[in-house]
Amino acid sequence: MSESILTAPAGEQRRAIPPEQRIKEAVIRLAGNSQDGIQAIGGFLARLAGRSEQEVMTFMTIPSTISGGPSIFQVRLGSGEVLSAGDEADMLVAFYQHSYDQHLNSLRKGGVVLYDSDHVEANPEWQQDYRHVGVAISSLTVEAIGGTAKDKGKNVFVLGLLAKIFDLNLPRLEQLIRERFGGKSDSVVNSALSSFHAGYAFSIGDLMETFAFADSQKRTRPQVVMNGNEALAYGLIAAGVRFGAGYPITPWSDIMELLRRELPKYGGSFIQCEDEIASVAMALGASYGGRVAVTGSSGPGISLKAEAIGWGVMAEVPLVIIDVQRGGPSTGLPTNVEQSDLNIACFGGHGDSPRVVLAPASVEDCFYTAIESVNLARKYSVPVILLTDQAIATRIEAFEEPDFAAVCQDISPDLSPIPDAKPYDLSEALGVPKHAAPGTRVLSGKYPIVTGLEHDELGHPSASPRLHSQMTAKRRRKLQALARSLPRPTVYGPPEGHVLLVGWGSTQGPIREAVDRARAAGDSVSALHIRYLNPLPNGLEEIFSGFHQILVVELNDEGLYGYGQLAAMLRARYCDARIQGVNKCDGLTFKVKEILAVLQNKLAASKANPKI
Amino acid sequence: MSAIVVDPPTETLSTAPPDSLAERKGLTKKEIAADHPTWCPGCGDFSVLALYFKLIEKRKLWHEQITTVAGIGCSSRFPYFVQAHGVHFIHGRALSFASGVSLSRPDLHVFVFGGDGDAFSIGGNHFTHTARKNIKLTYVVMDNWVYGLTKKQTSPTSPKGFKSKTDLWGAIDQPINPMKQAISAGATFVARTTHTNPNHVLQMMEAAMDHDGFGFIECLSECVEFYPGAFDPSNPRKGGVFNLVPKEHDVTDEIAAYRLANEPFPGYFGVFYQQQRPTKNRLEAKVNEDARQRVPGLADWQILKQSFDRMK
Repeated sequence: MSESILTAPAGEQRRAIPPEQRIKEAVIRLAGNSQDGIQAIGGFLARLAGRSEQEVMTFMTIPSTISGGPSIFQVRLGSGEVLSAGDEADMLVAFYQHSYDQHLNSLRKGGVVLYDSDHVEANPEWQQDYRHVGVAISSLTVEAIGGTAKDKGKNVFVLGLLAKIFDLNLPRLEQLIRERFGGKSDSVVNSALSSFHAGYAFSIGDLMETFAFADSQKRTRPQVVMNGNEALAYGLIAAGVRFGAGYPITPWSDIMELLRRELPKYGGSFIQCEDEIASVAMALGASYGGRVAVTGSSGPGISLKAEAIGWGVMAEVPLVIIDVQRGGPSTGLPTNVEQSDLNIACFGGHGDSPRVVLAPASVEDCFYTAIESVNLARKYSVPVILLTDQAIATRIEAFEEPDFAAVCQDISPDLSPIPDAKPYDLSEALGVPKHAAPGTRVLSGKYPIVTGLEHDELGHPSASPRLHSQMTAKRRRKLQALARSLPRPTVYGPPEGHVLLVGWGSTQGPIREAVDRARAAGDSVSALHIRYLNPLPNGLEEIFSGFHQILVVELNDEGLYGYGQLAAMLRARYCDARIQGVNKCDGLTFKVKEILAVLQNKLAASKANPKI
Repeated sequence: MSAIVVDPPTETLSTAPPDSLAERKGLTKKEIAADHPTWCPGCGDFSVLALYFKLIEKRKLWHEQITTVAGIGCSSRFPYFVQAHGVHFIHGRALSFASGVSLSRPDLHVFVFGGDGDAFSIGGNHFTHTARKNIKLTYVVMDNWVYGLTKKQTSPTSPKGFKSKTDLWGAIDQPINPMKQAISAGATFVARTTHTNPNHVLQMMEAAMDHDGFGFIECLSECVEFYPGAFDPSNPRKGGVFNLVPKEHDVTDEIAAYRLANEPFPGYFGVFYQQQRPTKNRLEAKVNEDARQRVPGLADWQILKQSFDRMK
């Protein structure tokens, strides 16, 4: 990180970094307890990377218990593109014995474990494989800031150590500490800075070598640093959403909390409801009022909303439903990741109820996918389910700030009088309805009813066999029109080869990294990311035809018949026996090496029998 | 952009049309009526519909000033019969839907019609919370003490002993008392009427509409098919008594209202309870006014930029 060297404060000796110790990236895992402020240091590192134009990706686990319990935060900082949070850590910071015992295996062989020698007793057997650096973190922190705050400040002390080890930008970190603790009393800021400086001043260089990051690419726009839930919520605001309703459930709650706090600044409201059903009903009411609204949930909450989403499909009322997926079924794994809601998102309703489903690939993509969801809901007057997940919701990434004036849109309803209203006009070429929001004067004097009963063109009930067929077809046709308008996805890597890895949602990064590594090793592998899951874009069969094997990588179970949820959909659509699944449901994100291991097996099989 | 919820909601519906509409005449019954009702001949709901038309005529409401919302049930067919913007939503959730309309569109008056199953069984939770939040809308429950659309099952208001297809030997569960339910939930306007007294129904509808908050009316509405004669004791023409709420009753006295609600059938008719408490619409608008003061004169994109600047 040459910039930090140039901007080091006066008096600071410029360190000469030997070229071999310039690194392109580092994966640092911090393991402690949830009250230790592990997330805070991770957050500092992520934001520092954002300000230094570096790439960053994080991964964290938070126990689902209310207070305490082991917690980790893994941050991967890099000068080049960072696609995943990293399979193995280059450095483990262990605050306690349990952190050391449980997380040492996450360290690569030869990696550095930096442990609190006040709490951790190193295991002699492990000292051959891992470099052990013991620092009396607890007592040095107490020495730096006084005895009263025994457990506080250790995180900032460690941040100081890391700043020294990786030659991080000192003034920027100091600034971040001031911003973070600035709202509190001066003494809090001062102790945090004292603790940080004590860590930085510690002569770590006597115990291990230090590093510096290689120069990163200059960016045209400044970077912002946030997690997926934040990016998604701000995306909804940018899209013009001014009403939402929800019920607390992990990991969706952050989105509703943010919208509740932020929407009033824009003249909007987010209402906390008595239950999941009231939330979706209230949001539909606001959407009917003329401006697309949002609701969302996770896990069981999505099941509860199913009936009302079906009403949105039938009545053709737009709505955006955020599903922050977690492990299921039932209460399942509330704080773990899974991609097992694809089926309920696409098919979770009685009757034929086509709706739109799309999934963001990264934190930045959460922002833009939220905007796109709103626009698709409006354009096709249909419920749109945005499938994000716990991993993307909680991980922090840096991305270029958006062009605010360009992305912010006004979607207020037009209430000017209209000659007549025929919401469910069957002669509409694409089958898209034209709703007149309540408050619109209809000069013909014939007012529309928006309904969940099968209906005629004005919305009045009809059980006519012909009408039900026509209206069902109309609701389907508009999504077929949408499918035709979707961009054909592009293949990551060459368009022909042995294996195509197909993925959706938050696995895009690890899948691409797997492709990069496999190709570097000489294997013929490409990847395809599917952003629009329902309807699927056209043209996938041409893409598939360029490969011998199509492996659908998903964080869900292989199912009764051996295929994950997207794999089953693709097989149903294309009747292509080459489509196979790569599945796991351990509640954790894919490691690159896990994907590579399956890939190696398949490639070996393919080489043994090229006809497969 | 237009700030949807920031404008304080209108106090009550204006009875005089705005200037630009001054040349428009009041709506006639013909202009308000839409589909011919699908109810059985003699159904009490006809009376409620006729009086809704009367309310619109009398108060000179325009089609576009109101929205009629209903859930599922015989009575919930209501919106189809009204020539105005209307919604036929799902079972039990009409109040939540209507709350979304009311909170996001302060320019509209939202009327919700439904039955006892919608209000007190499948939608019981929403009834409680819409009442306590005091969301500005008018809710008329046509209570017939039976599930009619599904052909005679026990409803949450069916009295003990009522023989239905699901209680062949007579209902055994304690019925819900809608008045008590509403008062204890925190409803700010609670009234009771019956379809056989049209003037009284209209009076209650007007009072509920003028109430700035959640206006709830229980209107007894006979199901001639599955529970004929249920309300005869409240109908003077059938030898019953129609007792108005005593003049000395203090409508702001919650305990007195509860006592009134405790009277055995046919009990009393009129406004049991009314309280002025800020609506959620108004409280949310206040939250917004305060929030807007922190971002004076900024365009939406500038507010967003401000938030993002803090995340660099």
